[in-house]
Amino acid sequence: MLYRESGQFKTSYKADMAIFPIRQDLWGLITTLIVAVVIVPLFASEHMIVGYLLPFMIWSIAAIGLNILTGYAGQLSLGHGAFMAVGAYSAYNLAVRIPDLPLLAVFIGAGLIAAACGVVVGSPSLRIKGFYLAVATLAAQFFSEWVFATFPWFVGGAASMVIDTPKMSLFGYPIESNLDNYFLVLGFVIVTTLLAKNLVRSEIGRAWMAVRDMDVAAEVIGIRPLYTKLSAFAVSSFFAGIAGALYAFCYVKSVDFTAFDLFVSLKVLFMIIIGGMGSILGCFLGAAFIVILPILLNVAAHHLTGGNVSPELITNIEHMTFGGLIVYFLIVEPHGLARMWTTAKEKLRLWPFPH
Amino acid sequence: MPEELAWFLEVLIAGLLSGVMYSLVALGFVLIFKASGVFNFAQGAMVLFAALTFARFLEMGINFWFAAAITLFIMVVLAVIIERVMLRPLVAQPVIILFMATIGLNYFLEGLAQGVWDTQVHALDLGIEDVPWQSVMDATNILISLFDVWAAVICGALVVMLAYFFQKGRIGRALRAVADDNQAAMSVGIPLQLIWAIVWAAAGLVALVAGALWGQRLGVQFSISLVALKALPVLILGGFNSIAGAIIGGLIIGAAEKLAEVYLGPIIGGGIEAWFAYLIAMLFLMVRPQGLFGEKIIERV
Amino acid sequence: MNVSDPILELENISLSFGAVHALADVSFSIYPGEVLAIIGPNGAGKTTMLNVINGVYHPSEGKINYKGQARARMRPHQTAVQGIARTFQNVALFKGMNTVDNIMTGRNLKMNTNILLQALYWGPAQREEAVHREAVEKVIDFLEIEAVRKTVVGRLPFGLQKRVELGRALAAEPEILLLDEPMAGMNLEEKEDMCRFVLDVNEEFGTTIVLIEHDMSVVMDISDRVVVLDYGRKISEGTPDEVRGDQRVIDAYLGVAH
Repeated sequence: MLYRESGQFKTSYKADMAIFPIRQDLWGLITTLIVAVVIVPLFASEHMIVGYLLPFMIWSIAAIGLNILTGYAGQLSLGHGAFMAVGAYSAYNLAVRIPDLPLLAVFIGAGLIAAACGVVVGSPSLRIKGFYLAVATLAAQFFSEWVFATFPWFVGGAASMVIDTPKMSLFGYPIESNLDNYFLVLGFVIVTTLLAKNLVRSEIGRAWMAVRDMDVAAEVIGIRPLYTKLSAFAVSSFFAGIAGALYAFCYVKSVDFTAFDLFVSLKVLFMIIIGGMGSILGCFLGAAFIVILPILLNVAAHHLTGGNVSPELITNIEHMTFGGLIVYFLIVEPHGLARMWTTAKEKLRLWPFPH
Repeated sequence: MPEELAWFLEVLIAGLLSGVMYSLVALGFVLIFKASGVFNFAQGAMVLFAALTFARFLEMGINFWFAAAITLFIMVVLAVIIERVMLRPLVAQPVIILFMATIGLNYFLEGLAQGVWDTQVHALDLGIEDVPWQSVMDATNILISLFDVWAAVICGALVVMLAYFFQKGRIGRALRAVADDNQAAMSVGIPLQLIWAIVWAAAGLVALVAGALWGQRLGVQFSISLVALKALPVLILGGFNSIAGAIIGGLIIGAAEKLAEVYLGPIIGGGIEAWFAYLIAMLFLMVRPQGLFGEKIIERV
Repeated sequence: MNVSDPILELENISLSFGAVHALADVSFSIYPGEVLAIIGPNGAGKTTMLNVINGVYHPSEGKINYKGQARARMRPHQTAVQGIARTFQNVALFKGMNTVDNIMTGRNLKMNTNILLQALYWGPAQREEAVHREAVEKVIDFLEIEAVRKTVVGRLPFGLQKRVELGRALAAEPEILLLDEPMAGMNLEEKEDMCRFVLDVNEEFGTTIVLIEHDMSVVMDISDRVVVLDYGRKISEGTPDEVRGDQRVIDAYLGVAH
C-alpha cells in the first residue's frame, strides 16, 4: 500500500481537524487495534503478555502523562514517579476502605487524587521556571517516598509496608487471568490515548504549547499562565496516577513504595526524550524502547559471554546505554524516534520522486 | 551550660559542619553553571565515581596520595571527554536540553562507576579518627566529632581556594566573561572550551574530596550520589551563580536539616532529612525566586 | 463614549530598572481608530512603553485610563481581555507549532468550552473548533499566507514569521493593536505588503494601531499622529509634519549633547 494523500480532498474544517487527516494513518491504527484486540489474545504467550505487553502499555500511559507536562507544556518534572505512587496508594485505599466502589471508580478516583497532588506541586510554577521547577518536583519525589515509607496507614497498618492488592472485578466479571488484566489495561490505554490526543489538538493543547514555546507572548495573547500550567500538571498527574494504579493492581499485584523511586521518574523522562517530546506516538515508541532494550542487552550479553555474566553488570551496562542514548538523542534528534518516523513518512510520501 | 542549650548547640554545630560539605558540592555546581549555563545533575554521579575509584585504588594497596592523584587525573580526563562529546555539540541548545543531557550523563556515570568497579559498599579510611573533640567536650559538655571538624576544615579550605581561583586573576576574569556572554567572550579570544574543561575538572576535584569524606562517613556506595544531590536545594537557596550563596546556602541547609531531624523528626516521623532541604528551598523560592545572592532577572521582550 | 474621547490615556508614566530610568513622566493619549507611531532613537523607551500598555511591566508611577476608567495593575492576559493585542520586535511566535495553530491561539479568549469537553472532543468543543478555524482561515486569506498554513513557523523566513505574528494578533480581533517594529529586517516589497496590511486593518475593522517603527518614510506615510521619545522622556507629539519640523526631534536624532 502506497503512503499517499493524493485523491483525498478535505471539504470541511472538521475533516481537516480529524485525528488522522491522512487515510493510511487511520488504517495503520485500525490494524494495530485488531492486533491488540484479536491477534494478541489468540496467539501471545503468557510470558509475552506479562513480560512485555503489560509493562509496555502501563509505561505508555505514564509517558503520555509526562509528555503532556514536559513535552507539550514545557514544564520539566523529575517527580512523575511520585504521582504514580499516589495513584497506586490511592487506588489501594479506595478499594480496601470503600469495598463496594466499582473498579473503574477506583482507578478514576486514584487518578483524580494524583491530579490534586499534581496541582499542589505545580502551584509554584507561576513564579519558578526551568530547573527551579525541576527541583520542586524532585522535592515532591523525595517527599512522597518518605510519606509512603513512614506511615503504615497507607497500607492499612501492615507491618511489612508492602501489601498485596485486593481482587478486582469489573461489572461482576472477576479479573484474574493475565489476559483479563491485559484487556483492562488495554482499555485504559485506548481511552487515555484518545483523551490525550483530543486535548493536545484542542484549545488547551495549543495553550500548553504556547506557554512552552514563548510564555510571555502566550500571556500577551490572553492565555492565563497559571491555569494553563496547573491544568497541565493536573492532566499529567491524572495519567500518572492511573498508570501507577494499573502498575500496582494489574502488573506487580502489590503496593510497594520502592517501586516508584527517583529512577522511575527518570525512566519515564527517558521514554519521552527517546520517543519524542511533544508527540503522543513518541510515548509508545519510548515505552517500547525502554521495555525492550534491557531484554535485548541481556540476550546480547549472554550470547557474547556464553552465559556467565552477572545480572549486576548487565544492569550497569543498561544504565550506561540509557545514559548514552539520552545524550545521543538530545544531540542528534531532540524530537526523538517520533520525529524520525515522521521524517521517514515524509520521504515515503514523495518517494520515488523527492523533488 | 543548661542541658537543653548544649544539646541544641551540639546539633547546630554538627549541622553547620556537614553544611560545609554541601557548600563544597554546591560550589562545583556553581562553577559549571557560571561557565556554561549548565545545571549539572550529574554532580552526584561524579561524586560516586570519584569516591568509588579512590576507594578501589586504596583497596588495591596503592599509596594514599598516589591513589588520590590517579583518581584526580581520571576525573580531569573525564571532564575533557564530557566537554568534547557532550557539551560542545549542545552549545546552542536551550538550557533545559542541557540539563536533561546531564541527567543522561548521571545515568551513564553511575553505570560506568559501578560497572568498572562494583556495587558493593566499600569502607574508606582517610586516617581521620571519628572521635569526640575531647577538650571541647570537657569544657562545655558539647559533643563535636573531630572527623566532622577535619572534614569541614578541608572542605572550607578547598572552597576558599576555588572561590579565590575563580574570582581573581586571569582564569577568574575569563570565567566571569564566559558567564556573562559566552559568544562575546569567545569573540575576544577567550578559549571557551578550555574554560569549560577547567571548570569541569574543578568539579571533578570537588567530587573527589566530597566523595572521599562522605565515603568514610557513610561507606562508599550508591546512596552518596543522592546526598550530593542535596546541593540542588543549596543552590536554590543561594542563587545559581553566586559563590557566596553556595557557601552560605550550604551552611543553612546543613544546620536546618539536622535541627529538623532532631526536633521535628520525633513528632512527624524520622528520616525527614531526605526531603527537608528541598522543602526549605521551595519555601524560600516563593519569597525570593532569585535566591539569597542571585540577581533579579528582568525579562525582555 | 464620544468618538473623540481617548481609548487609552497614559498619565505621567515613570518606570525605572534599578538606576536606569526607562520612562520618565511620559503622558499621551491614544484615540480610537487612529494610527499612532512612537518613534525615537535606540534605548528611548519605546518598547518599554508598549510593555507598560499591555501589562508586561508595571509603571512605578503614573496612571493609565482605559475608556475613561482608571485601570488597576494588570497582568498581560487581563489587558488582552480588554482588547489589546500586540506583536514583538524579535518575533515571539510559538516556534514548535504550525501557522494555523499559532493563529488559533489568538482566538483563545473567544473559546470557552471546558477542558473535559475538549478531552472528549465532543459536540460543543468540536463545533467551536470549526467555527474558530473558519475565522482563522479568513485571517490567513487576508494576510496571504495560505501556502504556509501547515508549516511549522520556526522554519518560515523572517518576513513570513512577522506576518504570522500579525495574524495571531488580528485573530484576537483587538481594539488596540500594538506593533513593535513590524517592518524591521524586511526588504522593500515585504515592507510595502506590511504597510498595506496595517492600513487595511485600520480601515476595515477600525482597529486602533500603535506602532514603533524606525523607517521614517513608513512612519510619515501611514501614521496619523506621532509621539517622540528620547531617553525615556516625551520630547514631541503631533502630526507627522509637525514632528518632522520640531527642532528637539532633529537634535535627538542627530545626537546633540544633553
